[in-house]
Amino acid sequence: MMALLLRDLRLAVRAGGGFGLALAFFLALVTLVAFGTGPEGGLLARIAPGILWVGALLASLLSLDRIFALDWEDGALDLIATSPLPLEGVAAVKALAHWLTTGLPLSLAAPLLGVLLHLPGPAQGWLALSLLAGTPALSAIGTFGAALTVGVRRGGLLLSLLVLPLYVPSLVFGADCVRRAAEGMAPVTPFLLLAGITLGAAALLPFASAAALRAALR
Amino acid sequence: MMTAPALSVAALAVARGGIVVLHGLDFALSPGEALVLHGPNGIGKTSLLRTLAGLAPPAAGRIDAAPDSLAYAGHLDGMKGTLTVAENLRFWARAYGAAGIDGALAAMDLRPLADRPAGGLSAGQKRRLGLARLLVTGRPVWLLDEPTVSLDAASLALLAAVLGAHLRQGGSVLAASHADLGLAGARAFDLAPFRAGGAAAGRFGEAFA
Repeated sequence: MMALLLRDLRLAVRAGGGFGLALAFFLALVTLVAFGTGPEGGLLARIAPGILWVGALLASLLSLDRIFALDWEDGALDLIATSPLPLEGVAAVKALAHWLTTGLPLSLAAPLLGVLLHLPGPAQGWLALSLLAGTPALSAIGTFGAALTVGVRRGGLLLSLLVLPLYVPSLVFGADCVRRAAEGMAPVTPFLLLAGITLGAAALLPFASAAALRAALR
Repeated sequence: MMTAPALSVAALAVARGGIVVLHGLDFALSPGEALVLHGPNGIGKTSLLRTLAGLAPPAAGRIDAAPDSLAYAGHLDGMKGTLTVAENLRFWARAYGAAGIDGALAAMDLRPLADRPAGGLSAGQKRRLGLARLLVTGRPVWLLDEPTVSLDAASLALLAAVLGAHLRQGGSVLAASHADLGLAGARAFDLAPFRAGGAAAGRFGEAFA
């Protein structure tokens, strides 16, 4: 399992692996929104939680179709499926590798962009925390979507359509958590719900992903 | 003395995309034995190997093999172009819990290429890397789908030597190949008598299950 994680991380940082792509997209998106809305601090601060969370969501969507498609194309998925690695573990490790290369850097970079969007001071910490707690669910759900569309040609678009509705609960509670912190209310309740979604997704979806992969490989 | 077969199938039917392509297959593979599948393109050699490897469920019949005894090598080698030859092999060695990759590198004459990215290899060199993976699996029964594709004469000799050594150590080989594998004792197995008429597998709905 560790070997697979190391392999996927190594592939992500090598040329053409797409590491940093999600982060660059996130930075570009949030900056463009700031340019597009104009320099009115109050308006920016009000939309900041939503924009930052939508940005994180779209950025994590970018690299989803690579999770299994590359291993499918070059035959590695067949070989992994016939190896001693259990497919449930493979799906969990793939999701973890995706999170380490997209969700984690996004969460760490987000407070910087929060400043750009006039997000009030106390909300900065909650922004990073909510992204840290919420983005693993995006990777787990996305891995499931990638497993469902693995054999489909040009499956990227279908994957987005499948996955985006499933991202809604994380978006609602994540953005709400940051908004409450920005307005001086208690952000703990939406944060706990967000963490609950992540734990549920991480516990259950690897099994669903493995079942989808088995169906795709036969 | 009768030794237990390493792999045996009884009344096996193999389906591809829900359509049965081969049926009534009965054969056994003993330790130290090589069996080469013959048959025209599209008869179901790959489907049979994938079914035996556990990637697809059998349409009917049974497959008996010791657990964790099969290693499958398909048309594609599954090697990552941006990783080096050694990194690729080391991943598979760790996945199978093998000790090291030196033996496999040496057997397939990959030592001089060990630090080259796999993406820069020629087709034959990639194939050799794919076959070297079998050596790090440590599995006794090898299922090979067209292992000789893109190999030159020297590499074919390497493959024959590796397969021969595997058989002498009590391993077995089941290969689908149009070319001669260079194995003296290999048994040929013609799939043509087992061709199914192209009838749909079971009820229509099951084709989409």
